[in-house]
Amino acid sequence: MNTSNRSYKGQQALSSFLVNLTLIIICVIWIVPTLGIFFTSFRNSEDIFRTGWWTIFPHKSYVKTGEVNIDPSVDVNGPITIEGVSHTFEEWRQGVVMPDGRQLTWFGNKRTRLVEIQELQWLAFDTRLTLDNYKNVLTGLEIRFKDGSGQEIVRRGNNLSGAFLNSIAVAVPATIIPILIACFAAYGFAWMDFPGRKFLFTIVVALLVVPLQIALVPILQDYTRLNLNGTFLAIWLAHTGFGLPLAIYLLFNYISSLPRDILESAFIDGASHFTIFTNLILPLSVPALASFAIFQFLWVWNDYLVALVFLGDQNRVVTSALAAIVGEKGQDWHLLTSGAFISMMLPLAVFFALQRYFVRGLLAGSVKG
Amino acid sequence: MEKTLKDSGGVGNWLITNTGRILISLLVPVVTFIVLWQGFIFLRDSQAPKIVIVLVAIIWGVGGVAILFTVSNWLVEKLPSEWMQRLQPFVFVGPGVAILLWFLAIPVIRTLILSFRGPTGTGFEGVDNYRFAFTDRVMLEAFRNNLLWMIFGTFFCVSLGLLIAVLADRSRYESVYKAIIFMPMAISFVGAGVIWKFIYTYKGEGSGISEIGLLNAIVLALGGTSQPWLSQPPWNNFLLIIIMVWLQTGFAMVIISSAIKGIPAELLEAARIDGANEFQVFFRIMIPSIQGTLLTVSTTIIIFSLKLFDIVRVMTGGNNGTNVIANEFYLERFTYGNAGRASAIAIILLVAVIPVMIYNLRQFRESRAF
Repeated sequence: MNTSNRSYKGQQALSSFLVNLTLIIICVIWIVPTLGIFFTSFRNSEDIFRTGWWTIFPHKSYVKTGEVNIDPSVDVNGPITIEGVSHTFEEWRQGVVMPDGRQLTWFGNKRTRLVEIQELQWLAFDTRLTLDNYKNVLTGLEIRFKDGSGQEIVRRGNNLSGAFLNSIAVAVPATIIPILIACFAAYGFAWMDFPGRKFLFTIVVALLVVPLQIALVPILQDYTRLNLNGTFLAIWLAHTGFGLPLAIYLLFNYISSLPRDILESAFIDGASHFTIFTNLILPLSVPALASFAIFQFLWVWNDYLVALVFLGDQNRVVTSALAAIVGEKGQDWHLLTSGAFISMMLPLAVFFALQRYFVRGLLAGSVKG
Repeated sequence: MEKTLKDSGGVGNWLITNTGRILISLLVPVVTFIVLWQGFIFLRDSQAPKIVIVLVAIIWGVGGVAILFTVSNWLVEKLPSEWMQRLQPFVFVGPGVAILLWFLAIPVIRTLILSFRGPTGTGFEGVDNYRFAFTDRVMLEAFRNNLLWMIFGTFFCVSLGLLIAVLADRSRYESVYKAIIFMPMAISFVGAGVIWKFIYTYKGEGSGISEIGLLNAIVLALGGTSQPWLSQPPWNNFLLIIIMVWLQTGFAMVIISSAIKGIPAELLEAARIDGANEFQVFFRIMIPSIQGTLLTVSTTIIIFSLKLFDIVRVMTGGNNGTNVIANEFYLERFTYGNAGRASAIAIILLVAVIPVMIYNLRQFRESRAF
């Protein structure tokens, strides 16, 4: 933008304001869902069932200041008169705002004969925050929490800490193994001559967009035959297979564009392909390797389908464990929110730390389906 | 190093003079194999603490692949020079190609065969599975929904991504905005499912109940009545599509943004000097300049929504009229145990992406003198 031109300054300030305003609105919409579960994960289970997460911020709300007992002689089936105001039982249960601004609400059923007096007051930040939800969702032992009416509930935990470790055991090798294999293959395609080279690389390109559903049924047959189902090896191989086309394609593009002279001088010095590869190509390819590594790590960590099919309930990873909580305890938001946050921590950290490389990988590999 | 091989003449001679080396060459792979196999048995059967298993798994998996490459290369380098040159490329390319063939290329054919077979992968059923796939009520509903995902999901992702990319380009805080929009890319679909389920959650009517879902709270605050959003077809499909838009707009934005930055500044400057307003600059210059990128991004997101599974699985399980093809694939194979029908559905997914595959291949052939 040309800010030196003074005649446009006013107009530019306005347009810049509108641009930033639009972007801020969009960004708020984008970030509120995540903030919602973030705040919720630190609240008491009791509070979560009762009120929305936004109530932890300062706001005006009715607060109980007293009680009135209704005389047993009053007929609760007809209109009930309290402090000169007459309403039906249902209306009292919903809460009635009195002329002086207080709200009177019938508590419980007809037999309690108890009316709460509530006044509108400013509430400060909710400071009754807790780490219990995280403790409960991480353990595989028995957990206790309170529901909306204050009743204690006992459940079995979902052992998210075990799932977290499993995810690491799946994601780290499933990231490094395809990179190693793809790097060798990319070097072979780029700098070695062999029959079928072009044909094989055409297959790699063709496989870029093949949906992995195509492989699940036959591969599962193979795994059953080899007794591999549920093992780490099974899922590493599967992720390696599904990640390889993009890995080979990206790394080939990078490695084949390295300057030819470097390799030729190394050959003249008598170095073998293997030495050139390990001592020269690997160090030079670090940026491309990093791009793909982040890509693959996020993909594997966040994958649900492949883990569901090949790991099953044995060695559950975080995504499967979280999905299982959704299935079994769909309304236990204190567990769901803390669980979701645990599943997001590592990928978010990797993502923000290495965003530059990730974007580079995306730009190079946007052909993947 | 390999000079001696040439001097010794024939392979037979070489064999005799190198018996010791051959024995070592055989021993090393056998030892390697035994070590790796023991590691595998340990991982499969061990009751050791989880953290030990995880560490062993990582070392075994990563180290195993590195050792396999080193050992096979070492073996090949022991061979006579002409054999080495012939075989070494396959040491490099072989494992990658083998895994690709096993996990992607051959399964295409195997799935195609299975798609003509019965539920257990035996017998011959002709095109029955395909007849099911194209006539069953649930499948037709899944096709309709996938169409909704592909059209609306892609449209909103790309247009929002374009809008944000263009606007952010004019702001000083570009990187902050982009990071926020981009962040959901790091979140799993299951995680995103939980996040949005919480927004759509519904408690129902009754006294003393306040909605804890953001959407219903907003509706109540505006004077409406709360709704069980996810069980109301056909609108629940759009609520699910919003999740994908939330997740994928960042992807569209990043790619489009880099394309916009690639437009020569003089081109935009010249148009502005000629009196074009910002809308004309946008529609007449920017859009035509980044046409190719818009096409690539749209294609990627279309393929992506075609295969979409996790969101629907976690949010509704495909109930209430929200089923999609990939979920029906999963149900057929893993819930109803019908491998034949599942294979037919997978083949349909494959056929749907073939135009993109052909386009990629054509681009590849044009772009590179391989």
